[in-house]
Amino acid sequence: MNSPATQFKHDAVRLTADRRHRQIINTALDKYAVKRDEKKGLFQDWLGARQLAAETKWEAVNHLDRYLDQFVRGLEARGAKVHWASTGEQARDLILGILKARNARTVVKSKAMTAEEIHLNQALEKAGHTVVESDLGEFIVQLRGEPPYHIVFPAMHLTRSEIQETFQQKLGDAPSDNPEELTMVARRVLRQKYLQADAGITGANFAVADLGLISLTENEGNARLTAALPRTMITLLGIEKVVPRLEDLALFLPMLATVGAGQLISGYNTLYGGPRQPGEPDGPEEFHVVLLDNHRTALLADAEQRDTLHCIRCGACLNVCPIYRNIGGHSYGTTYCGPIGAVITPNLRGLQDWKHLSYSSSLCGACTEACPVGINLHHHLLQNRRNASRQKPSWWQKLAFQAFAPMANCRVLWSLVTKVGRAGQKLHPLVLGTRLDPAYAWTQTRDLPPIAKTSFKEWWRHRL
Amino acid sequence: MSERDSIFARVREALTVTAPFPGLPHDATRPPRELPTAADHRRVLPAVGASLAERVALFAKNAAELRADFKVVADGDELATELRRLRDAEGWTRLASHRGSLTDSACATLGLPVLLTDGGYDKHELETCPVGITECDALVAQTGSVVVTSRTAGGRALSVLPPHHVALARRDQLVADLPEALARLRARYGADFPSMISFITGPSRTGDIERILVLGAHGPKKLTIFLA
Amino acid sequence: MTVTLFIPCFVDLFYPQVGMAMVRILEKLGHRVVCPDAPACCGQPAFNTGYWDESRDVAVRVLEQFRDAEVVVIASGSCGAMVKMFYPELFAGTPQEGLARQVSAKCFEFAQFLVDQLGVTDLGAQFPHKVTYHDGCHSLREMDIHEAPRKLLQRIQGLELVEMSQTICCGFGGTFSAKFPMISTAMGEVKCDLAAQTGVEYIVSSDSSCLMHIQGLIDRRKGRLKTIHLAEVLAMTAVR
Repeated sequence: MNSPATQFKHDAVRLTADRRHRQIINTALDKYAVKRDEKKGLFQDWLGARQLAAETKWEAVNHLDRYLDQFVRGLEARGAKVHWASTGEQARDLILGILKARNARTVVKSKAMTAEEIHLNQALEKAGHTVVESDLGEFIVQLRGEPPYHIVFPAMHLTRSEIQETFQQKLGDAPSDNPEELTMVARRVLRQKYLQADAGITGANFAVADLGLISLTENEGNARLTAALPRTMITLLGIEKVVPRLEDLALFLPMLATVGAGQLISGYNTLYGGPRQPGEPDGPEEFHVVLLDNHRTALLADAEQRDTLHCIRCGACLNVCPIYRNIGGHSYGTTYCGPIGAVITPNLRGLQDWKHLSYSSSLCGACTEACPVGINLHHHLLQNRRNASRQKPSWWQKLAFQAFAPMANCRVLWSLVTKVGRAGQKLHPLVLGTRLDPAYAWTQTRDLPPIAKTSFKEWWRHRL
Repeated sequence: MSERDSIFARVREALTVTAPFPGLPHDATRPPRELPTAADHRRVLPAVGASLAERVALFAKNAAELRADFKVVADGDELATELRRLRDAEGWTRLASHRGSLTDSACATLGLPVLLTDGGYDKHELETCPVGITECDALVAQTGSVVVTSRTAGGRALSVLPPHHVALARRDQLVADLPEALARLRARYGADFPSMISFITGPSRTGDIERILVLGAHGPKKLTIFLA
Repeated sequence: MTVTLFIPCFVDLFYPQVGMAMVRILEKLGHRVVCPDAPACCGQPAFNTGYWDESRDVAVRVLEQFRDAEVVVIASGSCGAMVKMFYPELFAGTPQEGLARQVSAKCFEFAQFLVDQLGVTDLGAQFPHKVTYHDGCHSLREMDIHEAPRKLLQRIQGLELVEMSQTICCGFGGTFSAKFPMISTAMGEVKCDLAAQTGVEYIVSSDSSCLMHIQGLIDRRKGRLKTIHLAEVLAMTAVR
């Protein structure tokens, strides 16, 4: 069993060599970029919107106790049952308990990254429940036994013929590889599931504190159906999802859709505040909301990294990240991929085991530029590197940097380095491209320029 | 100590240290102003014209891009004519709806067997209806959205289960933008909110297969909106 | 004025001609140029790797050397960003914090200095070739430099500027290029392809480290594109 870092390197090497895979991802993301820029252009002041969004999330997260309390009161007043889970295991047990109490066997689910995070499906299936993912992308990867590839587009990495093959194998029904026909196959299959399911499980995009409502964003309508037909509804969300007021959605819903999918607003944005109310003709008899901590309070306690909790899970940072675009979502080996994943995973799952995600970045800053709530993502990567090195320094790297300081600071030593380097380069061809080559990491794929016959400092000194 | 108490304890402990406020120098920790107002939102969000005509035009433009059918009708008679035309074009033999002033007239004019959801209904029966006709709370010009609630649009499933959703709106229900729509919801429902409120923007859609747009993924494939 | 030049390690060793071009240009504009003997490094490698104490050991010498400078011009966007944007964070809470802010305030990247500080865009240069401009990420996003190099390129006689269709990281990223060579290479290939699509002869940049990586890839693939630093182009006064 490889360590996460070793597995990551292995997968990254394999996927960067897979040009077809890179082509698919880049084509998808290029199409998205056109639409995103078009919708951003509709805003009168995108940067202004970003500032307002950042301030709103700052207020919510920095007064989280007040807003969480308000949120829960509103929900409970309408008859919703609220549960608290400090860990993923507790959340799984709570949900299993609710399903048991409600005699619920079959479950239909809409997309929820938080459920991925706690590996909910496996736990439910192990306990004998049937779980069907209703979001088309999630449905497809579930059939293939794969994790989602992207926060917003779970099946981004697949071609239509791969999907046709999957449907043929697992459903026995795939007339062609035409996307519309394939979608209709899924629609037919899933329709019955909505009607028959005992329980529906959803995630949530926002928790509206002042009125006690959850806000759920989607395009397909599968979450609407998941929340409409089964007699029990369960919503799982992280405690950081709060926004202070209903009015704040006027900003967040269009911003989420614009950078998340290149739409001005998503197809269905729905507020849920309780189970079926008196006088309503349908809706779940019981509505359970499970609030999850799972190390979020640890992120909260780190004032430097607290703004990572402002994340609205839009995927904008993934879409612009040159690393993500070349290695894809599965390489990260963890629920949250891309820049936000690289930032929070070491803090959620262990700094030393997962710091490689924070190191595998050129720190280009495109993520920070793209983030609609202004999280300083690439600076957080630097902070993670600093924290990891402080906690467990690598002795040889520390030594190398310590040795470098006097060389860089002292004229005589630097002069020596220059001359030794020049001489060393003359011998370099002997080991070039072999494993003995000290610069192998570079020379494996790139040529190295020669050290100049006269360095700048040497030229300058002669001039004076 | 309950889980709730221990989570709150951790939250409070964490918040004893303040975090820097966004967009200001590194050491600033106090917000310089209150939360954004609707005016603040309006300054940054896409612009919406002030007149009814501009708003209708903007809604129409958005609806067209979203592949929703949008028709402005002069009065009840024209609405009735259009509904019958739609019934014949689509070949409906039955429909689902709910009680309401606009929907009562619509059902009467269409003269088809109706499944009314009020008071409860059989979901398998709803599933066989080719069309669901509902009223709505608002149309939003800025985005091309239809706002429905579980209290005023016949429940949660009526506007999403049948493959064709027809939404009936009155002139005075067309609002400019999201801030206005949300303000109206708060004003109308106060502390007694319906259990579901949905902003529907276009028919159901997905791009999950090679980023190709397909309509009718799970929700309605067709959305027809009448402004009367 | 007296301009103090900071020539970072790889410019000193691999691309001294960049520094020489900068000296010629600044002297031609009538300024006195000085260059301290040491230091050779801004401390970014240690900083980026997470060894901030070791980075400070190098950076503190930089601060001392530039304490009394009138103005500091740095021959690289990424080192420029280190001094200008990151030194205040690196030295926060230490006795040198004030000095770090002071040095940061008087430190500029070369194109930024010419255009924004001196108000100069026309240096009488000639370079009759088709070129594209690569924005180093630190220059672009940390130091907010985008217009300055383009204003300079526009005034060069005979030069035709063609922009690449996407702005994206070249994949150098300092130690990243050696720690994750395959990802770095894949990113560089994307950059080379974007440049090749423009049909230009030269890729110009203010960042020698980016150019070292890009040229290294081009040469390995036996490509025909050439890379050149902005300062070298600006110093061209004869037809090449």
